[in-house]
Amino acid sequence: MPDQVLFAMEVTLNGLMAGVLYSLVALGFVLIFKASGIFNYAQGVMALFAAATLVGIMDGQVPFSHLINAIFGTDLHHFGWHVPALLAIVLTVGVMIVLAWLVQKLVMRHLVNQEPIILFMATIGLAYFLEGLSDLMWGSSIKTLDVGLPQGINDTIDRVTFDAFGYGFFIDNLDIVAAIIAALLVIALMAFNQYTKEGRALRAVADDHQAALSVGISLNFIWVLVWSLAGFVALVAGMMWGAKSGVQFSLSLIALKALPVLMLGGFTSIPGAIVGGLIIGVGEKLFEFLIGPMVGGATENWFAYVLALLFLVFRPQGLFGEKIIERV
Amino acid sequence: MKLKLLAATAAALMAAAPAFADLTIPALNYRTGPYAPSGIPYADGFSDYMTLLNERDGGIGGEMVNVVECETAYNTEKGVECYEQTKGDNALLYIPQSTGITYQLIPKASADGIPIWSLAYGRTSAVNGKVFEWVFNLPVTYWDGASVAVKYAMEQEGGSLEGKKIALVYHNSAYGKEPIRTLEKLSEKHGFELVLLAVDHPGQEQKSQWLQVRQQRPDYVFMWGWGVMNQVAIQEAANVRFPMDKFIGIWWSGSEADVLPVGDGANGYKSLTFHGAGTDFPVFGEIKSTVIDAGKAAGDGTKWGEVGYNKGVYTAAVLAEAIRAAQEASGKSNISPADLRDALESLEVTEARFEEIGLGGFAPAISLSCASHSSPRLAAIQQWNAADKTWSVLTDYMEPDFEIVDPLIEEDSMAYASENGIEPRSCE
Repeated sequence: MPDQVLFAMEVTLNGLMAGVLYSLVALGFVLIFKASGIFNYAQGVMALFAAATLVGIMDGQVPFSHLINAIFGTDLHHFGWHVPALLAIVLTVGVMIVLAWLVQKLVMRHLVNQEPIILFMATIGLAYFLEGLSDLMWGSSIKTLDVGLPQGINDTIDRVTFDAFGYGFFIDNLDIVAAIIAALLVIALMAFNQYTKEGRALRAVADDHQAALSVGISLNFIWVLVWSLAGFVALVAGMMWGAKSGVQFSLSLIALKALPVLMLGGFTSIPGAIVGGLIIGVGEKLFEFLIGPMVGGATENWFAYVLALLFLVFRPQGLFGEKIIERV
Repeated sequence: MKLKLLAATAAALMAAAPAFADLTIPALNYRTGPYAPSGIPYADGFSDYMTLLNERDGGIGGEMVNVVECETAYNTEKGVECYEQTKGDNALLYIPQSTGITYQLIPKASADGIPIWSLAYGRTSAVNGKVFEWVFNLPVTYWDGASVAVKYAMEQEGGSLEGKKIALVYHNSAYGKEPIRTLEKLSEKHGFELVLLAVDHPGQEQKSQWLQVRQQRPDYVFMWGWGVMNQVAIQEAANVRFPMDKFIGIWWSGSEADVLPVGDGANGYKSLTFHGAGTDFPVFGEIKSTVIDAGKAAGDGTKWGEVGYNKGVYTAAVLAEAIRAAQEASGKSNISPADLRDALESLEVTEARFEEIGLGGFAPAISLSCASHSSPRLAAIQQWNAADKTWSVLTDYMEPDFEIVDPLIEEDSMAYASENGIEPRSCE
């Protein structure tokens, strides 16, 4: 097989894997939008906050230490213990649930029945607040996230493809783990929606708030639940991306990677987020491989949006989104 | 009574003010935002050195140094705002800490008569003092860096790069594109193939670029990266098993923040540097005892001896020498920005002087002139040891290929002069 074809196959596989990572971020947006019609601008920052909290807990860092030291003249930085990764993840999920409760109690509850743009603005405010809170709690230095996720080339795939084609394909072990976790996450979320009382309540709220309220479903509870789920998804995304780059401010920018996925897959579909991610991942990587060298490279950021726009023109609700019909 | 009290307070404040504000150095720092991991160590190092001078020597020439921090978050607009806010306080000099801010401040500061020092960033052609009267770009420029990296690779390959392949992984911005022209000229001269791989901001996803590295198998990869791009690139290089000792970053891609998240995979990674690594220099001990342990540090003291911190110490030490020179030349301790500019133009910091100030062997000697606003234009290679978590300088400080770099500087600076109606000085 010609080298270029083999390279293109390798790029396609890696595009699929990158797409899974984009989908992980997009899932958080979908969960909140589906249940409440809110486009959560803060989803990327939630990933940063969750990952920074996880590292902070694991390392036994004293939260708000700079503030405490400045006020009381102390010299506190670390508790002196190290929390195992699994326990730290559980504790971080707890923090994200508390955050969801606070968001609902202090912000969203007061904005019920407001225009979607008002709710969107509120999430912009929340994003900047969380950015500052993350810095204040855990500091803005880069942090190493080590929860035991494997990284580097997968030797089995390298060997098998080398035996078959005479060229070993590169697939990152972290991407394989991310794909497995994303698949489990989607199955779990769909099962939760389908088979649990809370999941059915969530779907009812997503379909019609008023009708759901009339049968006794607590809107407050559902919104706390959905923000908690989005917080959990943000933690998973933050862990995956943070393992690659360290936990730092730039993690909040991963939301930029999710937007074209949402445009393509639709804001209300969990499978849409996955399929959208895969299409964007493969599309941008292949375009960069085939066309990039002719135009100076660095095409991925803008091409993902061009691809999403093309889909949007022909299918405004996205691939799997619900068609909006307004009757006059 | 109230009026008397008010007048007395005002008089006390006026009397007290000069003691704290005579040598005002605005510090356009970025302790927040996406580049904070790079900005914090530098800011701490710069301020801690100045605090040492204030605590130990009572300032410089009897005047206290007042470092006025202004947070830019590495944002050009905020940087310009900081400049406008602080320039009225007899600001002696600006160190913009960003190529974007430097470009904005060059015309403003030149008009206001305040010198700009871009520390191995910014506009390379500002080296030409005949055109850029108020701008200094020392100790070394991006074009010098590109040339030194090629020179080092050539030494490693036994003196020839003929038929070799060098890939440049660069931040897709004006900064990242800086070395391209120099590398193109050097590839023509030495016969190596140059592969350009652009990475879009912020650089969290670089799979395409590193698959190309894997497929094209370059002999060396150079990197002009910044922020999260650095950590991801080093991680991806480790993932595709590119030999780390053939991966060389610019000095902004070679700090602890860039390699620590990658863990053992970053072992052997190299970068250019223009100053020493570690804390094995007497002045660092003094900073520790007089500033950090005394609770007077700008930060929490944890960045002491990191690459960024050392850059801050280097900058502060050279600036302090320039201030001393300005005080001697002008015959007054309370110097003006113009006095400092004049002193910078004839600044000599010898190796013996570095030794005297507790920085012997930390950096090569400096000798500036009216025509050349950069010195010594040397860079060395440092290497990361992941087990010890330390950088160590591997080589002597190397000269760039002046035959290639200087004509490019001349060409670019004269084009700037022509565009802006500047008549170059004679410098005779």
